[in-house]
Amino acid sequence: MKTDRRLVRALQAIISIGVLAGAWQIASLFFPPFLFPSIPAIVTRTMEIFLSRPLLLDVLVTAGRIFAGLAGAFVLGGAIAMLMARSQSFENYTNPILVFFQGIPALSWVVIAIIWFHGIEFRIFFIMVMTTLPAFTFQILDALRSMSKDLFEMTMSFRPRRSTLFRVLILPTIIPGILTAWKVNLGNAARVVVVAELVGATGGVGYELLRQQQLFDMAGAIAWTLQLVLFVLIVQQTIVGIESVMLRYRAVSERAM
Amino acid sequence: MSAEEPVIVLNEVTKEFQRQNGRGEFLAVDRLSFTIKRGEIVAVLGKTGCGKSTVFNLIAGLIEPTRGSVRVLGHDSFHEFAFFRGKIGIVFQGDRLMPWRTAMQNVLLGLEILDAKRKRAREIAGSWLSRLGLAGHENDYPHALSGGMRQRVSIARAFAVDPEILLCDEPFSALDEMTARTLRTEFTRLVRQNGKTAVFVTHSISEALQVGDRVLVFHRPARIAFEAAVSREMAPIAQEDLRQRILQVMEGSGETTERIDGSATG
Repeated sequence: MKTDRRLVRALQAIISIGVLAGAWQIASLFFPPFLFPSIPAIVTRTMEIFLSRPLLLDVLVTAGRIFAGLAGAFVLGGAIAMLMARSQSFENYTNPILVFFQGIPALSWVVIAIIWFHGIEFRIFFIMVMTTLPAFTFQILDALRSMSKDLFEMTMSFRPRRSTLFRVLILPTIIPGILTAWKVNLGNAARVVVVAELVGATGGVGYELLRQQQLFDMAGAIAWTLQLVLFVLIVQQTIVGIESVMLRYRAVSERAM
Repeated sequence: MSAEEPVIVLNEVTKEFQRQNGRGEFLAVDRLSFTIKRGEIVAVLGKTGCGKSTVFNLIAGLIEPTRGSVRVLGHDSFHEFAFFRGKIGIVFQGDRLMPWRTAMQNVLLGLEILDAKRKRAREIAGSWLSRLGLAGHENDYPHALSGGMRQRVSIARAFAVDPEILLCDEPFSALDEMTARTLRTEFTRLVRQNGKTAVFVTHSISEALQVGDRVLVFHRPARIAFEAAVSREMAPIAQEDLRQRILQVMEGSGETTERIDGSATG
């Protein structure tokens, strides 16, 4: 039953993407290639990027920047969330700053980073951290707050050390929240990194997109976009896989499909 | 600590809670004093909201008394946190199993916290699961177990650390009568076999008389309104008299504190 359902879902996804590609291909028959290049032309450009080592390196550089930024924001956000959960007054001071940061557009952080810092990599890292930090912090804080009081008291009845308490109770409690935070922030990070590279980098998907725009090469722009979309999809699926292993204890109703 | 010394001593304990709306305080326990001897099973009985669970939490060291002192094994149960590692086992009203751990892993929890050797810990946890009729369910997650099975796992978890004192807060109240009766019998047998001291909080008179060597009846705010020793050889008529007397005390709200030696077999 489960395999059948998966197969049906995969078929539905293929059909919807096929319809979109078909519509694009029909449009390509009526418009010039710089507006609607044909699907075979896009596929060829996409494969060229895959098969060319220097071009693929650009994709990997962007992927590395996304991971570095997300990891930085996750570590910093996790630490801030822990402190906020432990101290009400720390939360009272920190919360308004994070809310303020949340309202700052990614492009503003790009401008600030360019003015403040010289190194390209540090600029992008800074932009990535600042744009995803509030979401990571709030999501981890929320996960900490949702910890069961009953389970906490039960665990405390065995008088654990702090490190043991973290390992046996706090970490397993916040893992679903952490995985969700990564999934949500991955999409945001992919969008932000392109903007950051577009403005202030000499390599990566964003930089390549800028080049395609200057050359008026729509097939190239779509091929580079597809690289990023593909990367996000692969990482999302990896997180879903990790989730299905780590959260396998969750009961699923047969109706809840 | 000598064998004759009481293992649990509450001396003039008062507990006040701040009201949710911040207006004033709520008196949950009022100058309560009692002692419990080593190897004794004391059933604490009272209506819902009489402060039984607050007294339970005070003994467990989960909350601090506003006034008075709670000494368990000669130590302050709230402040001497580390001393009580492995000395107190608690069976809560709900099973409080960690949903991400299997039955075996849940029983292993206390042993892990006490840094028990992995292999030995698994042997101990496995043997407790078997004793409680859960052999074959070691790798089941809590959601795959029935309410009675989950509560057995929580009993196994409490016993596995071999605590000197067992605290039970209405552990079988959410179960059906048949399962509750079976588990009560098993629990009492295990406590006696292993020479544990136990405090058993309940709102059921039958349960208190079945489990306890002594019954303390609480009135709100928690204070002892009635106390009786219970004998296993008690004649049915005497037990029924005692049940009726306890019922009267529970329904009334008089200030009189009465102590009965119910160990007479007549």
